[in-house]
Amino acid sequence: MPRYVARRLGQAFLVVAGVVVLTFVVTRLLPGDPAVAFAGPKATPQQLAEARARFGLDDPLPVQLWNYVRDLLTGDWGTSLRTRRPVLSDLYLAFPASLELVGSALLLAVLAGIPAGVLAARHRTRLPDFGVRVGGMLAVSVPVFWLALALQTVFAGNLDWFPVAGEYDTALDTTSPLTLWTNITLVDALITGNWPILTSTLRHLVLPAIVVAAYPTGVIAQMTRAALIEEAGQDHIRLERALGFGETSILVRFALRPALNPLLSLIALVFAYAIVNGFLVEAVFNWPGLGRYAVDAISYSDVPAIAGVALLVALVYVLANLVVDLLQGVVDPRARQR
Amino acid sequence: MIEVRDLRVRYGTRTVAHVPELDVGAGECVAVVGESGSGKSTTLMALLGLTEGAEVSGYVRVCGVDVLTAPARRLREIRGARVALVMQSPEAALSPTTRLGVLMRRALVLHGVDAGERAMAEAVEAVLLDPAILRRYPHEVSGGQAQRFAIALALALGAEVVLADEPTSALDVTVQAEVVGVLRRLRAERGLALLLVSHDLALVSTIADRVLVMKDGEVVESGPAARVLAEPSHPYTRELLEALP
Amino acid sequence: MTVLPLSRPVRRPGRVDRLAMLGGALIVLVALSAVLAPWLAPYEENTPDPLHSLDPPSGAHWFGTDLAGRDVLTQILYGGRTSLTIVVAVLTVSSVIGVTLGVVAGYAGGPVRDVIMRITDVFLAFPALLLSLALAVVLGPSVTTAIVAIAATWWPWYARLAASVAASVATRPYVDAARCLGVPAPLVVLRHVLPNSLTPVLVQVSLDAGGVILTAAALSYLGLGAREPVAEWGLMVQQGQTYFTTNWWVVTFPGLAILVTAFAFNLLGEGLRAALDPRRVIK
Repeated sequence: MPRYVARRLGQAFLVVAGVVVLTFVVTRLLPGDPAVAFAGPKATPQQLAEARARFGLDDPLPVQLWNYVRDLLTGDWGTSLRTRRPVLSDLYLAFPASLELVGSALLLAVLAGIPAGVLAARHRTRLPDFGVRVGGMLAVSVPVFWLALALQTVFAGNLDWFPVAGEYDTALDTTSPLTLWTNITLVDALITGNWPILTSTLRHLVLPAIVVAAYPTGVIAQMTRAALIEEAGQDHIRLERALGFGETSILVRFALRPALNPLLSLIALVFAYAIVNGFLVEAVFNWPGLGRYAVDAISYSDVPAIAGVALLVALVYVLANLVVDLLQGVVDPRARQR
Repeated sequence: MIEVRDLRVRYGTRTVAHVPELDVGAGECVAVVGESGSGKSTTLMALLGLTEGAEVSGYVRVCGVDVLTAPARRLREIRGARVALVMQSPEAALSPTTRLGVLMRRALVLHGVDAGERAMAEAVEAVLLDPAILRRYPHEVSGGQAQRFAIALALALGAEVVLADEPTSALDVTVQAEVVGVLRRLRAERGLALLLVSHDLALVSTIADRVLVMKDGEVVESGPAARVLAEPSHPYTRELLEALP
Repeated sequence: MTVLPLSRPVRRPGRVDRLAMLGGALIVLVALSAVLAPWLAPYEENTPDPLHSLDPPSGAHWFGTDLAGRDVLTQILYGGRTSLTIVVAVLTVSSVIGVTLGVVAGYAGGPVRDVIMRITDVFLAFPALLLSLALAVVLGPSVTTAIVAIAATWWPWYARLAASVAASVATRPYVDAARCLGVPAPLVVLRHVLPNSLTPVLVQVSLDAGGVILTAAALSYLGLGAREPVAEWGLMVQQGQTYFTTNWWVVTFPGLAILVTAFAFNLLGEGLRAALDPRRVIK
């Protein structure tokens, strides 16, 4: 086990190193001069030269790469061209909101997707199975930005059941200001007992969370169904039937556990996907997370900010995969021995 | 305890098992003998009402329940609680992610039997196992232990009928003897009715009162074990006997 | 003893089910309507008509008109050409790059394989849409950008797949035999390794088409893909979203076009996968 952990950590380190180089290449070598972008179109040659010196653009490439890595490690992720603030502190403010949205969405996806998969496997080739298969396929095929617009227009605009946009009612900032601990509004409101902000955040969260959850729900339902059907062909299912357990009970209590193992890797994969899918949803619902930050950065061609977002999401992805791989042994007693 | 008349199991147009008559009373042991594919395992599953996708006709009565016509709920009540199954490959027959004790507790709770630590430990000790085994996963126990655990499960649930599908064929010779010993003792002590499916005539001769010989889904010979094994009337039975070492 | 199925007999591999056939039929429909757009479309592409701005669906305009007075149905039919062009281009480029690198990696093995595989790991660490976003920002928005950006994130999947297939093919006796007979390595790869790697890659390609449609639409929606005057579904949604509350058709129909096309590709891909490769569930 320790050797496995060491090898896995080494792999993760290599990928992170590669990710850093790739971001460097994309931001520095492709057309588009950050000095021009920073100094503005009306800059004098002298201002331009200053900007170039400031970004170290005149140094040889290996030196630039070295400086880039050193800056990243010391917490200097560059300065946003749009907000003129350090990218890292912008990310620090935006990331918790994304985590809140994606975390709630994944929770929703697991709570809906696994039962749907069980239902489909239980009634294989009959109507519920057909419904779950088609529904799951639709959920992974729907363009998120369109679903976001549709739900927003119908449930927030026409029916007025939920707020249209934002993370919570900002008027509450004056009546019951939130003490920040983790920067994740839901968590902070919960631990400080700030009920007005908590309920307001939950109400704001419903629609965007449903939209972000659509894709993971579909994938999880399909995967659970397939894994359960495969597990149902195993010998032990016959013993459980002979012991008098009902079909649903067998699926949930004996077949689901082995199915959870591949599901865990899947959730890590879907997590990163959901963050990026969340970008479009955040833009529609004006959710103050990474996505809105990235979309704003795009319309401003704010390369340092976009590189920062890309780097952060890639790091989260590598980390999520690492954690899942290490967790595998905990969930599957057979994997522990390997 | 088991009463079968003219049982037929068909998949499509193919009859995979046809048993004209089979009776097992309390404390009795009947063996069904034949090579793999002869329909003996299918017959066993038909007694539990677990031949899905197959067309089953005839009359099957197990522990007072008419298996072919009883509602699913009634069947689930007798499965496990009164009729127990012991399967061929013990490791594959146990859910790999469930500790043995958890499986036992769930089964006991399901049938409303005392699921306390004491009761479980006693059931396991009755088949000469260490209660510590309840904390293990199936891959952490040997084949013989797993098979004895399956029998302990039947005991804990208070089963009166044990259906054993090749209970020893996946085990070493010495371990086989242990399992057979446990089965024989329990049959004597608790009056279990035992229906044994096996191709192992040596095992059958040591434990069975009566024998049914099956070939290609049909019963070709039946009668008291002593007579069938000593003076077989059907050529196929003779063939089986000659194959013995 | 045969294993009992849970409720009904498990479908045998090798048979494509009805949902997959539905998917195939829908794709044929979408492809035909894209190819035949000039003949099918009730109006000329991109002809604004200020007198009919934001007309609701009617006999004259089945799907209504947009802000500029263009017929939404016409724009959707032409938009299908853009989407399908992107899909075909992305999948061709990325599978050619991916299969080439993958087959080389799988056949050569050793350090060559390690280097190529670590590079794919790095690319896989970026969610597709994100790398596409970064590239699209750097390259400037256009259909070509969308193709390049998406292809750049898609090839590693094929490289990985082709490498694993090629590695297993490379150890088969007939490949050994060819090598012993002195057949040059490139020829062995071309004759034996490549053809055997193609089936799983083709299955994957059909599974991915829906994802490419969605990514391309998302890029256009963010203003990083297709631009005026090119008709594109994601772009139509973006342009219509301001009037969605009052004029539902400008957003609803282009969105449905994306949904139906992605749905069709996913159904077909899933069906093909089940028919050809029953073990793999999801990449």
